[in-house]
Amino acid sequence: MHCHSHDLDSLDRRLIDCYQRNLPVCSRPFLAMAARLDTTEEQVIVRLQRLQELGVLSRVGPVFDHALAGASLLAAVAVPEDQRDAFAELINQAPGVNHNYAREHYYNLWFVMTAAEEKSLVEALKRLEAILDRKILRLPMLESFHIDLAFTIPWTELEEA
Amino acid sequence: MMTATPLARVNDCQQLNAPCAHSKLRALLEQGLPLTPHPWQVLAEQCGLEEAEVMGCVKRWREEKLIKRLGLVVRHRRLGIDANAMVVWNVPDELVTRVGQALAKETIVTLCYRRPRRLPDWPFNLFCMIHGVKREAVMAQLETLVERLGLAEIEHQVLFSQHAYRQCGGSYALRRNDELPGV
Repeated sequence: MHCHSHDLDSLDRRLIDCYQRNLPVCSRPFLAMAARLDTTEEQVIVRLQRLQELGVLSRVGPVFDHALAGASLLAAVAVPEDQRDAFAELINQAPGVNHNYAREHYYNLWFVMTAAEEKSLVEALKRLEAILDRKILRLPMLESFHIDLAFTIPWTELEEA
Repeated sequence: MMTATPLARVNDCQQLNAPCAHSKLRALLEQGLPLTPHPWQVLAEQCGLEEAEVMGCVKRWREEKLIKRLGLVVRHRRLGIDANAMVVWNVPDELVTRVGQALAKETIVTLCYRRPRRLPDWPFNLFCMIHGVKREAVMAQLETLVERLGLAEIEHQVLFSQHAYRQCGGSYALRRNDELPGV
């Protein structure tokens, strides 16, 4: 289910384009943003609330570095395709699961599990493995070349889609 | 007396498994800023700190790269950017860093990591992500990229996502044991 990009006007788009990073850290950040976007603090807050209600924004805040912030791991499991939803639900119930996707592969469920430290991550994975009764492929990050999900939104392409 | 860096202090808190204002702040920040005129003040009140201390903490965490970015966290799928391809590569070990660095320079590549092989099931050691509006366009971009970077000899697979069961920010803040679901 998409939110149509034409539901977002120029102010919404400029907010997204300018502030996926570099949110000002000052007493009234939304006022500072409003000044740059030539609008009011109230409008910025209203727009952010609306974008959140539309589900376009998950939040306004920090993205922590996985490696520095705690332990995390990409994991995959192969489950029968007709029971995928049920298995995905079990995975979602496990502590610290923040991404969970079905993908087109023999390993059809892919998720990221996070924890405060390594030991609790290992324990949580073991518990989940027992619950799923399936071997979990554990794929920790060894080297990061690039992580940046604050990419430029292709507004024009979205309009045409 | 606070001589340690904020990062070290957060880690101390974790080691002691004791709640402290800074780890509470981190847990609150993971939920996102309250959308009110004085968001830092609201957070400060919630964790028993001064507003200036909260802003100082956030700035330092940003400098130390504990915070990678601070701003609007967009759900791309919701906007229609849902042709989400995870491309996995089986790169000879001696080339993997170089190929990873080359892929990371491509604007269409949003994530790129080296991960361990898990033989015999999983021979792939390099992962990258390409997000797009249309699947055909993503495949065409990938083909161009393979040709331009000379990766035709390197085995790869494209795993498009079919469904997102969950997509949200990480939760690294301390969880008390009694909050964990029972087995």
